[in-house]
Amino acid sequence: MLNINKVREDFPILQVEAHPGVPLIYLDSAASSQKPAPVINAMNQYYEMYNANVHRGIHALSEAATNAYENARERIAKFINAPDSAELIYVRNATEAFNLVAYSWGRANLGPGDEVLITEMEHHANIVPWQMICAEKGATLRYVPFAEDGTLDLANLDELLNDKTKLFSFTAVSNVFGTVNPTKKLIDSAHAVGALAMIDAAQSVPHMPVDVQALNCDFLAFSSHKMCGPTGMGILYGKRELLEAMPPFMGGGDMIRRVSMEKSTYADLPHKFEAGTPSIAEGIGLGAAVDYLSSLGMENVHAHEQFITNYAVEALSEIQGLKIIGPPAAQRGGVAAFEIEGLHAHDIAEIVDKDGIAVRAGHHCAMPLHKRLGLSSTTRASFYVHTTTEEIDKLIVSLNRARGIFRL
Amino acid sequence: MDSSIYREQIIDLYENPLNFGELENHDFSYEEDNPLCGDEIRIDVKLDENDRVAEVAWSGEGCAISQASASLLTEEIKGMSLEQVRSFDKDTLLELLGVPLSMARVKCALLSLKVLKAGSYGIPDKGEMRKNQ
Repeated sequence: MLNINKVREDFPILQVEAHPGVPLIYLDSAASSQKPAPVINAMNQYYEMYNANVHRGIHALSEAATNAYENARERIAKFINAPDSAELIYVRNATEAFNLVAYSWGRANLGPGDEVLITEMEHHANIVPWQMICAEKGATLRYVPFAEDGTLDLANLDELLNDKTKLFSFTAVSNVFGTVNPTKKLIDSAHAVGALAMIDAAQSVPHMPVDVQALNCDFLAFSSHKMCGPTGMGILYGKRELLEAMPPFMGGGDMIRRVSMEKSTYADLPHKFEAGTPSIAEGIGLGAAVDYLSSLGMENVHAHEQFITNYAVEALSEIQGLKIIGPPAAQRGGVAAFEIEGLHAHDIAEIVDKDGIAVRAGHHCAMPLHKRLGLSSTTRASFYVHTTTEEIDKLIVSLNRARGIFRL
Repeated sequence: MDSSIYREQIIDLYENPLNFGELENHDFSYEEDNPLCGDEIRIDVKLDENDRVAEVAWSGEGCAISQASASLLTEEIKGMSLEQVRSFDKDTLLELLGVPLSMARVKCALLSLKVLKAGSYGIPDKGEMRKNQ
């Protein structure tokens, strides 16, 4: 169990008022999480005590920076149980991880007649790079549909996943429905037809234990800023033999072994994919974030979110005219997206903001999903380690106030 | 806390929009959406022989601010010349709404004006056309 009051003290921003006299109730962690003090401090410490470039200097500061930055990679690797930290590529965010695989692996391995399979509940980050590379290589992009309840409709999976499928890329947890997909089963299905499996873990790694060896996924992507870490940082995990066979994504310094006028040879993993001076403070910050989450215990993080999600889904359901999209609470991660009849999502977000409550209104970077549902936008409340039942109660009061303003 | 942007008139217009619908015989019609929130607005305008707005209608869906703004704008431009429509100032529309808006919501408020202007620039003046003929 999390000691929620103690956890809340770890997040300096929770002491901030959203408006004068109105405390902040942050229910938008699925978009970007807040940062606990240890993460902020670790980054400040780098800038104040040992700021220098990594992997090149002989001097003491550069060595300290390199050690901290590479040591963070080791701890992040342990956090997802990767066998080797060289299989973790530092990227800017999950979006860049998808682009890296699309442009490096996709360009080398996709051709006319090949298929890439994704699902209808993907974030744009796991749609657009595949659209672009499939168009370039003459491959076909196909979608696993979702059912009415926001779970994947796997009835035709045998046909969608076939010997032409080169890659099946899907989200572990939907950022709109909250659906926790049967990740391991889908990875095994992809492997059964000889396809690779890539996991969008942006909404799973921050919220529940994830073990890439148990999953046996080929690639896995997540963003630092959704898991208590800084922006500008993310991870692509890939199996060593795949990463080694892939050409570099970007060229420049840090990714080479030797450069001559005619040609270059490339550095070993992971640096082959890390051209240019990286986000050093951010790597150190993500290292501090996984330390923080590990100190809470990911089982505890997950259990707390399950408790809050159950509570929120039940409380929201009692609001007249409110419809939650997605599966029952037992099958969902810490998000609840909903619509209220007669109230536009933007108006809802504006009114609850006056009560200090931050929610997301819009399509949550999942326009195809909303189009399939016939919705232009929804309101989404999302939860994290610091969310309390009292905050959910205040959201309910505020939503009822919004209904009142609109004479509903 | 009061939510001052939702004054009575805004809610009234959200419930009972003015000039809502489509015109079959329009001189111009234009439609656009705000991808941020999915709001969509279409505006149809019919001009008289002097290039003045004879009839105007709008349709679409969206938040209370974009909807109220479309009602107020279409009401305001009735009888205006094409030139006046083209030079309609955004601050005039924001004043008509008369509520303080954050930057994100200003986009909602100005969607109807953006649609109207894009449509009005898409056609030549009838006067110009007559001269050219």
